[in-house]
Amino acid sequence: MIRSVVFLFFLLFFQPVLCLAELRGTGDLGVIIERASHSALIINTSDRSILSRIEGLGDVSHASVVFSRDQRYAYIFGRDGGLSIIDLLSGKIVKRILQAGNSIGGAISQDGKLIAVSNYTPGGVKIFSGDTLELLADIPAFYNDKQRSKVIGLVDAPGQRFICSLFDAGEMWLIDVKNPKQPKIKKFQNIGKQPYDALLTPDGRYYLAGLFGEPGLALLDLWNTEAGVKRILGDYGKHETKLPVYKMPHLEGWTIAGNRMFVPAVGQHEVLVVNTVNWQLIKRIAVAGQPVFVMARPDGRQIWVNFALPDNHQLQIIDVKNMELIKTLTPGKAVLHMEFTPRGENVWVSVRDENKIVIYDTNSFAIEKNLTANKPSGIFFTSRANQLGL
Amino acid sequence: MWRTLLLLVIMPVAFAETDNLMPQRKQVLQELLKNDCGACHGLTLKGGLGPPLLPEALAGKSDTMLVDKILHGRTGTAMPAWEKIINVQEAHWLVQYLKKSR
Repeated sequence: MIRSVVFLFFLLFFQPVLCLAELRGTGDLGVIIERASHSALIINTSDRSILSRIEGLGDVSHASVVFSRDQRYAYIFGRDGGLSIIDLLSGKIVKRILQAGNSIGGAISQDGKLIAVSNYTPGGVKIFSGDTLELLADIPAFYNDKQRSKVIGLVDAPGQRFICSLFDAGEMWLIDVKNPKQPKIKKFQNIGKQPYDALLTPDGRYYLAGLFGEPGLALLDLWNTEAGVKRILGDYGKHETKLPVYKMPHLEGWTIAGNRMFVPAVGQHEVLVVNTVNWQLIKRIAVAGQPVFVMARPDGRQIWVNFALPDNHQLQIIDVKNMELIKTLTPGKAVLHMEFTPRGENVWVSVRDENKIVIYDTNSFAIEKNLTANKPSGIFFTSRANQLGL
Repeated sequence: MWRTLLLLVIMPVAFAETDNLMPQRKQVLQELLKNDCGACHGLTLKGGLGPPLLPEALAGKSDTMLVDKILHGRTGTAMPAWEKIINVQEAHWLVQYLKKSR
């Protein structure tokens, strides 16, 4: 009897509190960068809604995001060297530091405990504790004894390692952080002129850097690092005039579908299809402009491509089965980025100059919903948390 | 023929007077500077893959050289030729705009 009264009492007085403390997962959340207003949106991909806006993130004009392996926290790498941890549940900045003058991106370690950032100024890599953002190692990207190179294409690799490329030096550095305060670095030199971005294949085996200063890509096989870095597609585009490149392609979205890899051609209106067994060119697919992101739907059946100025109002879709263009969409002015939902039924597209996010059904290509965002750029879903190289 | 003659008459004027662009076009150029030049030089023009474009960084560099780099790019670097998107007069205006401290 007394117990029931206490229970009733409890229900009456504490129910509102219980309602507020609603339990929630974070596996269907994501972050959208608002590049001009120092802010980011937290979104939900199941009910396609905006949950909150986080402000005070500094210059996020080229920001990228990685997620903690519990998918609760987002690490945002800002252009101004800002590194912020955001709690997706509370919608708040947990911690924020300025770690360099000019930064380009970052990665999270295999065990989820370390955050690495690649910097332009001063050129190098810094390793931080993922919990506290305490600096554990500072690795200046020295070459030619005195100069420091801009560092690009930083990704995690199996074996508690990071890999990056040095734009000015033409090198790849494989950084072992098993002892994060004393990283061991293996350097690969003369990989090619001006590596501008790089990616890790989804199986974590190959690291590829695109070259701006000469044709082709630099390839490192992590199962066989002794073999060194080799050049692939070195003959591609050698005798053709390169168009002016108004926007560097991004290679994080380079795409493996089966044993075929789809890559943007630099300075050409083409997507290249490469055989990942012998690394030979299979096909060149003519597209509407210079590709920026070339991304596969998670099932690998479709490739979605966006473009540099002046063709950046369009999206084109390649059917992987026949390696042919099947659709051209025009989401609006300045299509900057796209992100697939974890199993690929939808793709979210940021349209900077029209201040909107367009959500497409990837089977019918119908627009399912538009959301308003302020000059949106990068879109990052928490499903990235457990993917190598993202 | 007539068009060429007309251009010959107009060109020197265009070089001398860089501030006769339509306000709408200036707006477009400012957006282009922020978003597209900013892709490499930074949204705040503090630099990135490309060097900073702030007034102190450009001070002492000749307008002619800067206009040439905008229109024709810099070989050996990632700076493309913008002449298909920006004309001579607009490049001059951009250089003036960049050199002014804001």
